[in-house]
Amino acid sequence: MSDKILLKGNEAFSEAAMRGGCRYYFGYPITPQNEIPEYMSRELPKYGGSFIQAESEICAINMAYGAAAAGGRVFITSSSPGIALMQEGLSFLASAEVPTVLLAVSRCGPGIGGIQPGQADYFQATRGGGNGDYKIPVFAPSSVQESVDLIYESMQLSDEWRNPFFIFTDGILAQMMEPVKLPEKRPDIQTKDIRKHKPWALTGYGADDSKRNTVISLRMQPDALETHVHKLFEKYAHAEKELVRVESFGLEDAQVVIVAYGIVARIAKEAIEILAEQGIKAGLIRPISLWPFPYSEFKKISNKTKVVISAELSMGQLIQDVQLGVGDRLPIRLVNRTGGMIPSSLEIAQRTKKILEEIGG
Amino acid sequence: MRLFDYTARKIIVTGHYGSGKTEFSISLAIKLAAQIKDKHNDKLAIVDLDIVNPYFRSREKRELLERKGICVYGSAYETEITAELPAIGATIRTPLEDKDCRVIIDTGGNDAGALILNQFTKYFTDDTIMLAVINANRPDTRTKSGALAHIRAIENTTGMQIDGIVNNTHMLHETTAEMVLMGHFLCAEVCDDIGKMLYCDCYPEQIVDPCDLSEIPHNLMPLGRYMRPSWLDK
Repeated sequence: MSDKILLKGNEAFSEAAMRGGCRYYFGYPITPQNEIPEYMSRELPKYGGSFIQAESEICAINMAYGAAAAGGRVFITSSSPGIALMQEGLSFLASAEVPTVLLAVSRCGPGIGGIQPGQADYFQATRGGGNGDYKIPVFAPSSVQESVDLIYESMQLSDEWRNPFFIFTDGILAQMMEPVKLPEKRPDIQTKDIRKHKPWALTGYGADDSKRNTVISLRMQPDALETHVHKLFEKYAHAEKELVRVESFGLEDAQVVIVAYGIVARIAKEAIEILAEQGIKAGLIRPISLWPFPYSEFKKISNKTKVVISAELSMGQLIQDVQLGVGDRLPIRLVNRTGGMIPSSLEIAQRTKKILEEIGG
Repeated sequence: MRLFDYTARKIIVTGHYGSGKTEFSISLAIKLAAQIKDKHNDKLAIVDLDIVNPYFRSREKRELLERKGICVYGSAYETEITAELPAIGATIRTPLEDKDCRVIIDTGGNDAGALILNQFTKYFTDDTIMLAVINANRPDTRTKSGALAHIRAIENTTGMQIDGIVNNTHMLHETTAEMVLMGHFLCAEVCDDIGKMLYCDCYPEQIVDPCDLSEIPHNLMPLGRYMRPSWLDK
């Protein structure tokens, strides 16, 4: 019998978080991620964890802040307008260096928008909507299995880096079924052991028993705040070296390189096959980490390439990072849909071919 | 083959999330459409009662089905397939009241998805059968007790008893003949337990060779691939 089971994205995300150590989940309903709170409410108590339905996304992120500051392993989820409401809390979590994994099931906007998939929250995820100088690592999986692996890993990475981690998915990944191999359950951290694992956490004791810990994001003295922000940015500089993830192929002889992440990368892969049948060599760069962005991968693009294409479900957000990666070397073009419309592989192939002809490739 | 000679005029398709109800319903409708065209002058409709899932619903395939002579009834918003609160319009009673129309009723997942059937029970008389689609690769229905619990939940919610089970054990593009057989034996056991018939065993015709399913004596149903775009398996 296969060691895989067939899971819906939202179910798999939930299971990965729990196996990765999540014991606290705070959720508020929003389509297309509703199966996650439903699944967590049913399954998390079986892991000895606690599920709370918050009264809003603002409450959910602040409950996460509290539970994680006390040393709990926390996973929270929402979708685009809900993630927007969480931005203030994310800034607080980043400043206070409190680990939490946040999963976004992105839909289309602006405003309430629609419930079909979108990627127009790229800036929201990678640039952040909260106040102040802070960074949050963002992973963008393109399959349910990759989502499972990244959520599971992020539950640990978040603790190690003492930082929120962001998993950026979309409605298709969340709603589709895929064969999945689930990871083994990670051992629990017992409450009495939190001090050992997280000496900074609010356990009622200080790291050296002398005084109680505090977790704060308020620093009234400018020099103290400047020192704190510099300390955060030393961590971020380190993360920029350690956390870059990328998949690429065909860069050595591609006439055109398509850059796409998440679900669009899968459509692009089929588009690249269609182009190959027509004698056009196309390569792919698929950023898996959106921050830190894999800028150095763009150095591998060869002199045979005539144009770089940013394929995205937004009006030109990813393309800004593509421009930073490519610089002045090559022309860059946008192939996009928005509003919940999903391009077919044939559409991406045809538009790519047309652009290549216009460029003179 | 017993399957397509079946006299039931209304076939209700229930099952858990991801069992493949919609893919089964569409394949069944297309096969029935061909048969009806040959032998009868009946109309055929597919009624999409999925109000619990915002994506991958049979009404998204309206154009394909209507080309094959199958009427599609579903959302109150007709072409508005992505409404946040999918609603069922009054027009769906049309095929249920039309005695010249055969109907396949595609419900949403689980007992929650089957709940909506309650408001239409007056139409579900002797000419109706209710099927439960089982995929033994889904976590909740990997065992006999899991499958039975699922069927009981649907029966309790709808107040109706299922008449048969559809084995649709699959793992999408990773489906093997071995999996279909494993599901067949599980479903046969469940059927024995509750005294119902194994209505049919489905297999994805693009991946599995029916010659490898010779242990299944009859009622093999090849399933096409209508709902899932090919790039999802890249």
